[in-house]
Amino acid sequence: MLDIQKIRADFPILKREVNGKPLVYFDNAATSQKPQRVIDKIVDYYSMYNANIHRGVHALSQEATDLFEASREKVRAFFNIPQAKQVIITSGNTHSINAVASGAHVFVKKDDEVIVSAVEHHSNIVPWQMLCERVGATLKVIPVLDSGELDMKAYKELLNEKTAFVVVNHVSNALGVTNPVEEIIKGAHEHGAMTLIDGAQSCGHMKLDMQALDADFYTMSGHKMCGPTGIGILYGKEEALNALPPYQGGGEMIDQVTFEHTTYAGLPHKFEAGTPNIAGGIALGAAVDYLNELGMDNIAAYEHELLIYATEQLKEIEGLKIYGDVANKAAVISFNVTTLHPYDIGTIVDKLGIAVRTGHHCAQPVMERYSIPGTVRASFAFYNTKEEIDIMVQALQRAVSMLS
Amino acid sequence: MASIQDIQNEIVEEFAMFDDWMDRYEYMIDLGKSVPVIDEQYKTDDNIIKGCQSKVWVHADLKEDKVEFSADSDAIITKGIIAILIRAWSGQKPADIIAADTAFIDQIGLKEHLSPTRANGLVSMIKQLKMYAIAYQSQLS
Repeated sequence: MLDIQKIRADFPILKREVNGKPLVYFDNAATSQKPQRVIDKIVDYYSMYNANIHRGVHALSQEATDLFEASREKVRAFFNIPQAKQVIITSGNTHSINAVASGAHVFVKKDDEVIVSAVEHHSNIVPWQMLCERVGATLKVIPVLDSGELDMKAYKELLNEKTAFVVVNHVSNALGVTNPVEEIIKGAHEHGAMTLIDGAQSCGHMKLDMQALDADFYTMSGHKMCGPTGIGILYGKEEALNALPPYQGGGEMIDQVTFEHTTYAGLPHKFEAGTPNIAGGIALGAAVDYLNELGMDNIAAYEHELLIYATEQLKEIEGLKIYGDVANKAAVISFNVTTLHPYDIGTIVDKLGIAVRTGHHCAQPVMERYSIPGTVRASFAFYNTKEEIDIMVQALQRAVSMLS
Repeated sequence: MASIQDIQNEIVEEFAMFDDWMDRYEYMIDLGKSVPVIDEQYKTDDNIIKGCQSKVWVHADLKEDKVEFSADSDAIITKGIIAILIRAWSGQKPADIIAADTAFIDQIGLKEHLSPTRANGLVSMIKQLKMYAIAYQSQLS
């Protein structure tokens, strides 16, 4: 059992007011808030041991390097990744996806097929479109059912000997639906295809085990799991990372450089050209420690409780329709009320101190699927409460009466 | 016809009657319902201003030496702001529209809606209204 009031005290931002009302932060799918100890780590780094890492012989550089590498190890353990060198520190989830897609011509050849799903956000569509254009491959799309679940029958029909790469998100950011990634990965592997799972929406909300999941690549966002912005993770199987060419050239990623030829460094440095976000990397380690102390199973159970409660309460509002109202989903609720524009609803509830996301959630194809301009999306984290959900429901009722 | 400045002052005075934001918003939403809705034939992709969040359509006609605007939006709050702008600027001479500013929107407490980062299409719409005025001005001279 989590002590939510004690947890809330760890997050300084939850004490502030917005438009004269206590903040109700329900935009966790966009970014999570940060506990004080993560914020402190950033300040500590710049105050106490700011130095470039992996290159200095002096004490500061060694201390900073040790802390940065300790974070890598924490991330490794957190996601049950076999070796620390399979944890690539990136600038974010989008960077992680691009790092793979930009080198994926080694896996995807002309006339091959790359499969994505109809519920991807733009970050997990565009890099693969660019790849397909570059190599002359075709992008195929797993359709989504009215329920918000992927059409797995159609997926199986899409798989064939030309399938070279399958790319899906673990949890859809626009609908919150958890996709059957184990089955998707298994299907892809049976056809000899590589897999990348976008874990932006899963990484801070459920227990993830990279070895059990068996994806070739998996991407995570630091700022969506209580870490700072500008930090992300790319996990890959060792042989997959070895086969993938580096994304960027520069310092740190080399073994030997001459003007005739350069040999690359080994993992993980091959993918970490230049000075990384050192402060962000160290603070991410603090975020992992924090989540570990709370326990990912406790977090997942409590967030599910919030989801169930919010779903029940929201359904009391006349004309409210939830998109992706299925059993297996994260604590994300995407909805509209009658034909009211989500922008109007978001504007009014913001005036009442409530932060929800409105719009297409950077997933325009999903909105087109349902022929809507967008949705209102409330997404919860373990520091949210049922009382806050009640406040949101009241605010929505006010918004609806103003706008109708 | 009253000048743009007079109409803008009048709008500021009307909004000053309301003490809290909810009443201001309700009034703005009511005004949105009164905006001269754009003729369906002009509600085309050419006349669309895409905000990330809400869409806006604008059309302008020159009637003698005055510009008449009509517009629409799929979001009612956006439409309310459009209504306020059109009330002040429509039926005015191109030169006056070109010279007009939007400070009165700040004065009525709706400044946040004109933020370029809000992505509701309003900032681009204002630019578009001015572009129409500039185009008709050159037609007249």
